[in-house]
Formats: sequence, C-alpha cells, structure tokens
Amino acid sequence: MLSRTASSLYWLGRYFERADFIARLVEATVRLDVLSPRPAGREAWVSALKVTDTEGDFDEVGAELKRSEVARFLTVDSAHPGSIVRCLDMARNNARAVRTALTREAWTAINRAWLIFEEKPAAADPTAVLNLVEAVKNETRGFEGAVHRMLRNQTTWFIRLGQAVERADNTARLLDVKYHILLPAGERIGGVVDRDQWTTILQTVSAVTAYRWLYSDGLKPASVIDLLIARAELPRSLAASVEETVDVLSMLAKRTGQHGEADRMARLRATRMGKTRSGEVIASGLHQFLQSFIQENALLHSAIGRQFKFG
Amino acid sequence: MGNQAFDEILGAGGGAPSRAELAALCNWIEATPREELRRRQHAAEATFRQLGITFAVYGESEASERIIPFDIVPRVFLHDEWARLSDGLIQRVEAINAFLDDIYGERRILKEGVLPEDLVLGNPQFRPEIAGMRPPHGVWAHICGIDLVRTGPDEFFVLEDNARTPSGVSYMLENREAMLRLCPELFREFRVAAVDSYPDRLLEVMKSVAPHGVSAPTCVVLTPGHYNSAYYEHSFLADSMGIELVEGADLVVDDDMVWMRTIAGRVKVDVIYRRVDDDYLDPLVFRPDSALGVPGLMAAYAAGNVAIMNAPGNGIADDKAIYSYMPEIVRFYSGGEAKLPNVETWRCREPDALKYTLDHLDEVVVKLVDGSGGYGMLVGPTASKAEIETFRAALIAEPHRYIAQPTLALSTVPTLADSGLAPRHVDFRPFVLTGSRGVQVVPGGLTRVALKEGSLVVNSSQGGGTKDSFVLMDNGPQQTQTMGQGQSQTMGGMTQAQGFAPMGPAA
Amino acid sequence: MRLSIHHRTAYRFSRPQDRLVQMLRMTPQNTHDQTVASWRIDIDCDAKLREGRDGWGNAVTMLYAEGPLTELEIAISGEVLTSHSNGVLHGMSEPLPPAVFLRSTEVTMPDPAIAVFAASTAGGRETLPALHRINAGLHERFTMDRSRPVAGLTAGDAFAAESATPRDLAHMFVVAARSLNVPARYVSGYSLLAGEHRPTPHGWAEAYLDRLGWVGFDPCSGLSPQEDYVRVAAALDAAGAAPVAGSRLGEGEERLDVDVTVAEA
Repeated sequence: MLSRTASSLYWLGRYFERADFIARLVEATVRLDVLSPRPAGREAWVSALKVTDTEGDFDEVGAELKRSEVARFLTVDSAHPGSIVRCLDMARNNARAVRTALTREAWTAINRAWLIFEEKPAAADPTAVLNLVEAVKNETRGFEGAVHRMLRNQTTWFIRLGQAVERADNTARLLDVKYHILLPAGERIGGVVDRDQWTTILQTVSAVTAYRWLYSDGLKPASVIDLLIARAELPRSLAASVEETVDVLSMLAKRTGQHGEADRMARLRATRMGKTRSGEVIASGLHQFLQSFIQENALLHSAIGRQFKFG
Repeated sequence: MGNQAFDEILGAGGGAPSRAELAALCNWIEATPREELRRRQHAAEATFRQLGITFAVYGESEASERIIPFDIVPRVFLHDEWARLSDGLIQRVEAINAFLDDIYGERRILKEGVLPEDLVLGNPQFRPEIAGMRPPHGVWAHICGIDLVRTGPDEFFVLEDNARTPSGVSYMLENREAMLRLCPELFREFRVAAVDSYPDRLLEVMKSVAPHGVSAPTCVVLTPGHYNSAYYEHSFLADSMGIELVEGADLVVDDDMVWMRTIAGRVKVDVIYRRVDDDYLDPLVFRPDSALGVPGLMAAYAAGNVAIMNAPGNGIADDKAIYSYMPEIVRFYSGGEAKLPNVETWRCREPDALKYTLDHLDEVVVKLVDGSGGYGMLVGPTASKAEIETFRAALIAEPHRYIAQPTLALSTVPTLADSGLAPRHVDFRPFVLTGSRGVQVVPGGLTRVALKEGSLVVNSSQGGGTKDSFVLMDNGPQQTQTMGQGQSQTMGGMTQAQGFAPMGPAA
Repeated sequence: MRLSIHHRTAYRFSRPQDRLVQMLRMTPQNTHDQTVASWRIDIDCDAKLREGRDGWGNAVTMLYAEGPLTELEIAISGEVLTSHSNGVLHGMSEPLPPAVFLRSTEVTMPDPAIAVFAASTAGGRETLPALHRINAGLHERFTMDRSRPVAGLTAGDAFAAESATPRDLAHMFVVAARSLNVPARYVSGYSLLAGEHRPTPHGWAEAYLDRLGWVGFDPCSGLSPQEDYVRVAAALDAAGAAPVAGSRLGEGEERLDVDVTVAEA
C-alpha cells in the first residue's frame, strides 16, 4: 500500500473519531448545562473547551464565554480547526483521496456527515445543538458499522488505527479535565461530588449503561475512573484503545512482514496497562498518569508515521 | 442542416428504415414505451451518480459535481463498417507512432520536405527537451483516442487525433455495464463485441512496453490528484487493472530509477500510465513550478529505466497545425493513401487556401491552429456579418494562424429528448492501443451526442451527453434468439478475439 | 591556453531537507578547440551521481542525495585546453536543427525595442557583420553589472535599463538575433576575462550562420569568445542552460553561495 494512502486512511480515522467525540462532548455539556435539575452554567462550557484543549483559540475569537458561543465554536465554526465541521471536512478530504479504497457505504456515511453542515445548520439554542450532534452521531455510527463490514485488510486497519489512537487521546483528556473540575482543592476522591458531572463523563463515552452493568454499587468517582482507564470491555476506555492499537498493528505487521518501533512501543504500553490498577493510579496521582499517557500516545503517533513512512 | 443529416439507424432522411440491418433496433425503439426508456435512462444516471462518475464544473462547489447525461438508445456499427474503420485507425496510429519516432530522432520527414520545418520546430508542442530520447520499444502513442465524425453510410472523417492523454474510456465501459443491466434484450438481439476486456488489454500493453530486462514489471497510473476532473477515470482504470494509483509525491527518483513510497518501503516502478501533462511531469526539465510532477523522472526516462505512456512530447502529433498534414504523414510512413480521410482543411498560410477561405467565409468553419475549446473559431453559416468581417481582417493579418474546414452535416442517432425520440448529432472516439506487439482497436468507443436540437457541439461542458456504442460481430440480428445462448455469446470471451485483431508491429 | 577552473556552489537550508534531486549542467564537452584535460565534481555528502545528456545535447549529471541535509556543496575543479577559433564552434554534436533556436521563451520573448535596435544596428544584409555590430552595440550601450542576475527578468525589461549582467546581455543578443530570423541560443561557461571570485559562471550567446555554423558572441566584451573561454552548456535561455536545476523535499528557506575562479594554469 502507498504510504500516502495509508496516511490518508489513518487521518480519516483520527478526524472522524474526533468529530464524533466533540459531538458527544457537546451533547453531554448541553445536558449538564441546561437540562439537568441543577444547571452547571458557564463552568460546564469552560471545561468543554479545556477537554478539547481550545481555551486559547476561543480567547482569540474574542466571543463571550457563554453556552451559545462555545457551542457554535465547537460545532459549526468553520474558522476553528477543532470544530466538528472542520474535522469532518478533513476526514472527507482524506477519504476523497482514497475514495476507491473505501466501500460505498463508508464513503456515503462520511459524505452524509459532511453534508449536514453544507446547509449551515443553526447552533443557537440547546435544541438545535442537540439535533445537530444527534445527526452527526447517527452518521458516525453508520461509518463505524461500515468500517466493520469492510474487508479485513490494510484499508480497514489503518482507519481503525487512527480511530484507536485518537480515542485513547480523547478519553484521557476527558477524564483529566473533568477530574480537575470535579475535585475542588483539598477534596479527596470519594468525597461528595456532583453526581450530574460524573454522569456527563459517562454520557460522553456512551457508558451510562455499561457502568450500571459493571458496577452495582451506585455512582462512585473511583469506579468511573476504573471503568474509563482499566476496563477493556468498554470500547472507549484507555485499556480498550491500547489493546486495539496493538491488535491492529500486529495485523498490519503480519501483512507487511515488518515489525517496527510503533509495534514495540504499543506492545510495551499494553503490557504496562495490563498491570495498571485504577486504585493505585488514583493514589499516586491521576493527573500525572493521564498527562504521561497523553504524551506517550503522541509519541506512538509519531512512531506510526515513521514506521509506515507517512512523510 | 439537421434535415439533410444521415441518420445512423434510420438511414437517410428518415421515413422507412433504409438500413435493413438495423430493423430490429428500430423495432425495439418503437416497441419499448417512452416511459420505460426514460425510467431505464434515469436508473443508469442514478448509478453513475452513486459511482461518482462525475466531472467538476468550474466555479461550482464540490457538492455540485455533475454527471454527463446518458442516452439509452445505442449507436451501432455494423461488422463490415467496423472492420474498415479499424483498418483506417490502425494505419493512422501506426503513422502517428512512426512520425513521433522520426520527429524526435532522425527527422527524415523534415529533410525530405514533406512538412514545413518551422511548423514542427517552432511549434510549442515539439519538445526539444526530449530530443534524442527514445521510449522503450520505440512506442510513443500507446493510447490514442481518434475523434471521428460521419456524414454518410461510408463517409467517416477524422476530426482530431488525441495522442497525449485521451480520456473517456471509463464512459465506454460504464455505459456498456448500464446497457447490459438495463437493456439485456438488445444483447440477445444483436451479437455485440465485448469491451470489458479493455483494462486487461491496457495492462498487457503496459507490461509489453516495460524497459528491457524487467521480467515482472510494476505498473502504476499517475494522476494529478482527486481534484482533477477526470480523477474518477484514473482511479477506475487503476482499480480495474489492479495497480496502484499514484500522485507525483508518491514517486521518488533515485539513481535514475523510479520508486514508489509504500508502507513497506520503496518499490521500483517500471511503467507509468500518466494522466499528467508534459508540462507538469518533471520540474527539473519542464515547468519548474510544477508540484504535480516527479523531480528526476525525465532522467530515469532518458536512462531507459522507466516507460512513460503516453510518451512525453506526443503533443506534436495531435497538434491542430500538424493535423492538416496527416494525409501526407500517413502516406510518408505507410507508403499508401490514408484509409481514413481528414476533414478537408484549407491551410490559410497557403495563398490559394487563404483566397478560397476568404471567398467562402459564410460557408466554412475557421479555427485558430493554436486555440482550443472553441475559442477563436468562426462558424460561417451561423455567424453575423460583423463576425465574418472581423475574421476576414484577422485572416489577412495573420493567415498562418488559421485553418478553415467545410461545415459538415454530422450524422444523427435517435435520442431520447424531452419531447420524445428525436435525431441528435453525434461524434465518436474509438480507443486504439499500441504495445510492443502491435496495434489493436477496442471494438467500441465513446459516442458523444449533442443533446440540443440541431446542435453540433458534443462537449460535456456545453450540453453534450454520451451513448453506448455497439460494434456488431456480424451484419445483422442473431438467427438464434434463445436467451442463454445470446447471453453467453455477448459476455463470453470469444468476442474478444474478434474485436482485438492482432496486427503487425508498428512501423 | 590552459585554463584552470574552480566553481563552488554551496546551499544552506534553514530546515533539514529529506531529499535533494538536482540536475547539474556542469561538465564541458570536447570540441575541436576545447579539450577537457581533467574535470571533477565533488559533493560534500553521500550522494549518487549519474551521467546523462539532455535534449539540447548538454552533458548532465543527476545528483541524488538523501537527507537530513542542512547544507550541500558542489565543488568543481578542472583544467581545459583551448585554442583560437574566432568564436566558431567546431566539432560539437548537435541533436537539434538550428531552426529550433528561433523559438522564444518567457524571458526571451520578442521585444519591439530590441527588434528596432537590431534592425537599426544591423546595417547591411550580410548576417555575420550585422551580428558583430549588434554584439558591439550592446556592449557599448550598457555598463557592466557583475552582481547576481535577477531571476525571471526578461530581455525586454533588461534592455530598458542602463546596466546589465552578462546573462541579460546575452538574452538581449539572443532576442535581437532571432528578430532578424537568425537562430540564437544562450551559452553558459567560464571566461578568463571575468576573473577571480565571481558570483556566477559566465554567460554569452551563439548564433547560427548558414556557412559557418554556430558562432559565439559575447556582448560583455563586444567580441566573439576566444581561447580564454570554456563552453559548458547551451539552450534557448539561461534557465535552460543553468548549471543547476534542483528540487528539494523539505520545508524552510535556502541560501545559495557561488564562487567561480578562472585562471591560466
């Protein structure tokens, strides 16, 4: 496979996953902000910006820090590279460049997600925002299904590799930021926290039901952290993303007959992850753990680029 | 003029079908309800849209990619007609290859005074940068699209030769796919030569022209990228040949050899079917600002380490100024008269021709030799007095820049118009392949149809559409019309041997 | 005459380059009046060099270098024996007929002012004296500018100035000759006259005459090149005969430093 093709597929996976994540984050934030019994207000939107690491970018826009502005910024703002519309645009550009490698079903899902924004949808009131992200989520679900119905070949694996790397990054950021906000200075894990906030996290990673299945003793921060870090059953957990990365890389290695630094790095990370206990992570510092995870993920991303000569 | 035109299915003038061989097609047209034809046409177009067989319209956003309209009524060539056409096409393409080999080598044709020297040497399409370089096996024009028009049962004329990167072959293949699916009864009625072996034939040609000593050549299609309007065709061809579709950035030249960058490292490339113009092939030799090309590609080519098809420099063979000399060029290299005539052309650089043109400005078409896309063109019969006088002045001032041709009564084929079936003017582009083992004509091609009543303009950008082009394997409908048999004869491999008559090597 | 030539071309890149591909037209060929006694091209990094020939008939060397590269130096040193030829080129194999050199390029477009100058300077109908008069006329009209020429400057624009570089003078000569329907081309090479530590190789012109063949004209001196010239490459204009046509893969800026020294050995 051409390096450029592989690179486009990988980036297609990353951008599409990112669009999906932002859609979920926005949805959860809207719910937290206005739909929950105890509206969270401005703080909820600040944290959404923090999760996507775009506080600075938003400042530069100069808009007032309020729901309608942040929601617009994260969804339909085509001047903002981290908005859903721009992520979908990038995903579609990459898909176009490798169009014939994709099934019609996969292409159609990407194209339809992109077309949602062609009609310049409104993102003014909460209902409009929720409709918009619901539409995006529909198409990303369709794409996910289409990818899984594609031939199990290099095309699929590079898309899934991009998705796995992006997902690991997104979940780590989500947990890191929310954890900070939720834990007022001096407070210890397990103290009294805002139930709605923790629910937001679970909603963002589609894990409300999964949580109930896996943890029978009610909503506890330590359990949410455990779920998002260590439970490979949850597709968006760090453990699952780390495993998926190893699996996909080894399938690629089988095909190309070459192992490289990305394989070694991913396997090392998976081994370490297998031994990680969320209780210990919390005790020794969740923030540090997540920060070093995010950095390591970025290094893995670079190693993948070198190994497959994305150039 | 529409009234006098020869109709390829109904025969001259309409009325009673004078082309008995095609009576069955007339019956089909009559018997199939208009609404049913329209339904099938829409189904075909819907498929094209889904496949993304689109072309980008300049100035419109990506969302408004368009498909080229498709007409459900096929155009048909009888077996004998096709045999004569093929002979003429092979002769012409052999001459084009011989001309290119000569003009970048010995230049005998100039030394013997057959062509005016300045017409070639001063022509921007003659590329001094590649003088002395010879493609592997001496094949230059591997894929030619020869544009033909017809004015009567046996009157075919070459309107234009395309020896650079002729496009449209994907329409030939997709139109046939659609017809097989939507009008299977026609293929039971007629024994139609198959076109679906084209990708295999093309790949064979590619392999046959690989540099000497390469036993299992790596072949690729080089595209300017997915923003190019013909990108669908590029990816379609690469896919159906099972080879990589590469962009310039995917290729590197090292040590005078071409490599493609893959996830498993560099892979040597031996044959490149490029759909990138000469100007953009190699910034070290042609336009230095080209980002589409591959630095060093021409060095690899000069060293004989890669085959580029079509070869760089081919533009001189299909240049408008050279076109009018094609009969002389064919005679010079083949030793015989051209079997396929040119449209009569007056070269205004010659005083007699200029005089004739000036005397008949209201009858002829005047073209700029270095213009394209209908710019700098006068269509005498429809031009205003003022336009004619403008051209008269221009012709007198710079006669060498113009040629003139008679206005032709292009043939028509019944076409599904809004008001029902009506005659519409057509042209035809067959595809001719040349490998190291000879020249072959694919039994089919691209029929373009001017959808507007009376219009002679078949360009897709100006309301043109396409039709399937049937080449019959015999001169009439099938004797046996059982379904199974008809199908197997249409789809089976036996049609290919007939269609691709192997010919002797190019001169 | 025995001429020794040192020609150093150094590139410095602000960011490391992944790859470099260059086409060097830096090798003189033997003619009746020019014998290359020794010639070498040294590259200061691991690079592959391949000899070849371009369509104009010039000897070319392809240079392929893998990065990361932050600089690249091409050092040429050689000795060439020359003899007196009255500027007439003998013993070069010409792959292209002279008529090709009636073509214009972007920087050698026909120019009305140069055409008027050519017609009025040419004098009689004999071509050779006419070309000599044009050559001398250009020499007198301009003061010499020895700095590096401006990329892309057309002959027409250069003709409107008061001083001109050797490249631009040669372009003007080429345009003037073609305006008289005489095939003409640009030649790059070396000249003893230009002296030491010049920022570019030298450039002059050649015109084709029916009985003599290609004849050199150097508007810098107003004379034809003599035995103190070494001819390297020729094409329709300076870009076509340039010592280096290059392409690099990598971001950042490049800085070019050239030093040419020609001396009598």
